[in-house]
Amino acid sequence: MQAQPIRSGDTTRARRSVFDTSIVWPAVIDSFRKLNPRVQARNPVMFVVLVGSILTTFLFVRDLGEASTAESVFAGLIAGWLWFTVLFANFAEAMAEGRGKAQAASLRQTRATTMANRRRNDGSLEQVPSSQLTVDDLVVVTAGEIIPSDGEIIDGIASVDESAITGESAPVIREAGGDRSAVTGGTRVLSDQIVVRITARAGETFLDRMIALVEGANRQKTPNEIALNTLLAVLTIIFLLATVTLQPFAMYADAEQSVVVLVALLVCLIPTTIGALLSAIGIAGMDRLVQHNVLAMSGRAVEAAGDCSTLLLDKTGTITLGNRQAAEFLPLPGVPEERLAAAAQLASLADDTPEGRSIVVLAKERFDIRERDLSHAQLVAFSAQTRMSGVDLDGHSVRKGAGDAVKNWVLGLGGAIPDGLNEVIEGVATSGGTPLVVAEGREVLGVIHLKDVVKEGIRNRFDQLRTMGIRTVMITGDNPLTAQAIATEAGVDDFLAEATPEQKMALIRREQSGGRLVAMTGDGTNDAPALAQADVGVSMNTGTQAAKEAGNMVDLDSNPTKLIEIVEIGKQLLITRGALTTFSIANDVAKYFAIIPAMFVGVLPVLDRLNVMDLATPRSAILSAVIFNALIIIGLIPLALRGVKFRAEAASTMLRRNLLIYGLGGIVAPFIGIKAIDLVISALGVS
Amino acid sequence: MSVASWLQFIALIVVTLVVAVPLGRYMARVYGDDEKAPGDRLFLPIERLIYRLSRVDPAREQRWTTYAYSLLGFSLFSFLAVYGLQRLQGSLPLNPAELPGVVPHLSFNTAVSFMTNTNWQSYGGESTMSHLTQMVGLAVQNFVSAAAGMATVAALIRGLSRRRATTIGNFWVDLTRTTVRILLPMAFVVALVLVSQGVIQNFNGFTEVTTVEGASQLIPGGPAASQIAIKQLGTNGGGFFNMNSSHPFENTGSFNNFVENWAILVIPFAFAFTFGHMVKDKRQGRAVFAIMFIVWAAMSLFAMGLETNGNPRLEALGADQATTAEQAGGNMEGKEIRYGPAASGLWAASTTGTSNGSVNSMHDSMTPLGGGVALTHMMLGEVSPGGVGVGLSGLLIMAILSVFIAGLMVGRTPEYLGKKIQAGEMKMVALYVLAMPTVLLGFTAASMFVDSVLNVTMWNSGPHGFSEILYAFTSASNNNGSAFAGITAATPWMDTTMGLAMLVGRFFLIIPVLGIAGSLAPKQVMPATTGTFPTHTPLFIGLVIGVVLIVAGLTFFPALALGPIVEHLSL
Repeated sequence: MQAQPIRSGDTTRARRSVFDTSIVWPAVIDSFRKLNPRVQARNPVMFVVLVGSILTTFLFVRDLGEASTAESVFAGLIAGWLWFTVLFANFAEAMAEGRGKAQAASLRQTRATTMANRRRNDGSLEQVPSSQLTVDDLVVVTAGEIIPSDGEIIDGIASVDESAITGESAPVIREAGGDRSAVTGGTRVLSDQIVVRITARAGETFLDRMIALVEGANRQKTPNEIALNTLLAVLTIIFLLATVTLQPFAMYADAEQSVVVLVALLVCLIPTTIGALLSAIGIAGMDRLVQHNVLAMSGRAVEAAGDCSTLLLDKTGTITLGNRQAAEFLPLPGVPEERLAAAAQLASLADDTPEGRSIVVLAKERFDIRERDLSHAQLVAFSAQTRMSGVDLDGHSVRKGAGDAVKNWVLGLGGAIPDGLNEVIEGVATSGGTPLVVAEGREVLGVIHLKDVVKEGIRNRFDQLRTMGIRTVMITGDNPLTAQAIATEAGVDDFLAEATPEQKMALIRREQSGGRLVAMTGDGTNDAPALAQADVGVSMNTGTQAAKEAGNMVDLDSNPTKLIEIVEIGKQLLITRGALTTFSIANDVAKYFAIIPAMFVGVLPVLDRLNVMDLATPRSAILSAVIFNALIIIGLIPLALRGVKFRAEAASTMLRRNLLIYGLGGIVAPFIGIKAIDLVISALGVS
Repeated sequence: MSVASWLQFIALIVVTLVVAVPLGRYMARVYGDDEKAPGDRLFLPIERLIYRLSRVDPAREQRWTTYAYSLLGFSLFSFLAVYGLQRLQGSLPLNPAELPGVVPHLSFNTAVSFMTNTNWQSYGGESTMSHLTQMVGLAVQNFVSAAAGMATVAALIRGLSRRRATTIGNFWVDLTRTTVRILLPMAFVVALVLVSQGVIQNFNGFTEVTTVEGASQLIPGGPAASQIAIKQLGTNGGGFFNMNSSHPFENTGSFNNFVENWAILVIPFAFAFTFGHMVKDKRQGRAVFAIMFIVWAAMSLFAMGLETNGNPRLEALGADQATTAEQAGGNMEGKEIRYGPAASGLWAASTTGTSNGSVNSMHDSMTPLGGGVALTHMMLGEVSPGGVGVGLSGLLIMAILSVFIAGLMVGRTPEYLGKKIQAGEMKMVALYVLAMPTVLLGFTAASMFVDSVLNVTMWNSGPHGFSEILYAFTSASNNNGSAFAGITAATPWMDTTMGLAMLVGRFFLIIPVLGIAGSLAPKQVMPATTGTFPTHTPLFIGLVIGVVLIVAGLTFFPALALGPIVEHLSL
């Protein structure tokens, strides 16, 4: 059972198909460009294959005249397929990079140098190219102009089109002061005029960093990639050892092997599958985040996301919808519910807040109470002093508002507070709701229960996170009672009520000292320390510059629910890496059974009993193994780019399934694949 | 396999478990961080005396580098002492048989062999070593080389279980406590049991006797029982006599054989439970035990079954190889009638699964696959259950490797017991995994080009001759010490290369283990959740076994194919 993913404001860029032709062709060209030994040397596994390709090609050419035709064809085919192996690996990486490059190209257009109106100390303006702006310069941007660099609005308010960066076409409001003051270079002011203090040096703007990130220009190996590379290097050395020492053993057995065969054996044994796809998996993982409109400042952050075991989630916007809504009418004894509803509706007609509208909606839903003619009614708007709103109509007045305020109003009119009202009010408060008392004249009718509406499906989502061993902590400014009620309804594991930035920080520290990795979202400047302290800090693009600097990811959609998806993408990245590593190693079993009998059957015919796949000839056996080894890379590129299908489940369940598919499957698949290729080769009569 | 063989197998398991569980708990107290341990009243005064004499401050813990330097220094001292004793034994006391000093390359080989807990013997004990060399040199090394290995795993477990720690224990304290509290008391008891069964314990040289037929025979003597006890308990394996545990003075009969086989296994298996106690999660210990046990039991049953079934060629010729009251049955070549094929197979699997290396039959004469089982069991890296201490170290390294390969598949960076496995640990694991195959395959391959190997060392040609050389280097690089035999090992090439193989097989494994301990100790422990890779489940047990088999299989399959496998297929 998979819950509907929650994606409010789903502005995810259109997903490209894995083999988009606009990416494939440049990638094919790049595959050849990447044959440069200096590029290859970064990947020890593929470097060995490259050396093997050169060596076998050399031997093929050298022996062209002397060897028999069959031998030459064999050597030529092995050399050819070894080259393909290297090219396929390059292609995988180029494919992964291709998507980022396409994105970077469109971002670059935005970055084109613009002219900025810099304000001199005396207040006059001068025109300078945006590339000459320095930190703390003040620029004036008016409607229609492009904001020249990252900065903070110090004066004015404007609607800004940020679609160049976020892909979201609806303009956003940016204003001086508060948490919405940050503007990004390359975005366009649509209305009004603002004064911006530049906060980034030329070449170091958000857009510059974004281009570098999606392009993977200075992509660094992540800690796990480094460790995995160590393992792959060890396996390569072990198999080099096994292959090199095999020759003396073979000579002792009077079965000296040709170098071509030994190279073929070596290439089949070293973990080329994962070696070829490793960097593609990492790049694709970052790319998946970009497709979710999240920019990770480093691959390390993506890995950390997979490791997170505590998520700090802001209540509003993540767990609940932004506003409270009327949930039920609670009439006092002796009052029909419909009368309460009618009064409440009347009192709310003038109330334009979401809460007020929700009361009108509820009354209509429950009792089909329609709008009424209010032309000669006197509206009483809500004020901080009265803490009530309502209407005076045809001689009687209706009020709704905070308990104390309405009670005082009723008492002031000479009415009485009925028994049981306080119990109802408390009941609503304890359940996490907000009680609004409704009175008509001197008579108190009842209470409206306003409640925070927990997002649909969020509970299910938290259940899934719990299954994966991830703790969710709700952060809210509400009082503990309300927080408790919402926490229970939403199904979070814990909550922090009346949260201050200091408490948030302390909570992160506490979780971390227990060995947990913490992920959180934040946007305000006072979130910055917590964002920096958290292992994964996702700042909202609408947030302040300080928050963006402190976090290690930026969500361009500013949708805090996305934290959950970020964690899933991190996990998926690691799972894909593990699955292909396991698959790659498991593959070797079948390759041994193909190649070892083929090598020695001439001198030691009894070893044909190890030829369990019943491959046609020794040469076709070795060739089939080499071809399988190359084709499997191409076959697995889609998996590497898309990632292994992720399901929210406990580690033990996940491990069992993945071990079955990629471990056991990895052992079995090549037996079938090599046999099939051997059948084709024999049918073609190549070898 | 006969009912009696099955019963013997099951009885061995039961008796081993009955002792290993409480022994494991006791050892956890010996190595643990608690102030007190059982037997303090008896042992503390002895230990304090040792600390005072050797000026060791037992309260001062060491970082992993200091720990490693201490171990290396101690090993170097041991090497020099044993080397010197052998060279000078001709002019030293307790030499009733008046044996001369040992030649340099053999002295080197033997000193390395005993210092590394390998106990490969390129010599015949009774005809080469004086009683002084045996007692002060070799028997002492039997204790302390075992204790040094046990100390390392204690350090590794501390690295896994401590959090935010910089130190992993004190080598000198671990060495002392292991010897005083574990090895000496156990060896004392086992030696008494062996003496009760007729294993000799005297200071005689050769006694000349007249046999029933009137011929004259030289009967060797010596303090055998005391050395045999620690030879088995400390997974040393170096025999007092050349025939090792097939010699009637070392191994007198079925019951004695059972006791010695038990002594080979008990401490290595107990370490699994020690581990569980020390990491405060007994399930982890039980999982580790299960891994060790399943591999050992499977290998034992293979060896027992293969030897009991005998030679298929004889079967084809109509020979009766059944085990009956009249005949031992099976493949009896190179075996003692006192034990028969099943008990010999069981011993062969036990001695190669630990790094013991003592033999009660000649492995060279086993069926090709039976010998192949012994060979493969060592190639697995001796983790089932492995040598005292070093076996568990090896298994924990394999567990870390398994977690690293498959752990990513749960969507977290790999962790073992809550400690993240990162590049630092993987580099050490890499060193560990590479060292043994490098010397094993490297020296075997090089030997194929050495004249003295082809003309002097090898007595057999073809696949069997190859298997013998492969076995010798497998034994040396895994610090096992068992011999396939059928070769002349006391040549300068073999003595030297095998000595080097033993050194690499010991220190290039122990140092990375200590390095991992050192890099894990400061790490924070991540709490276990349902998102954590579980390391105590049957799935994990299966995974580690799979990784152990695949890693060894991929490394050694070509060599095995050209040795035992082709020999078997040619039958």
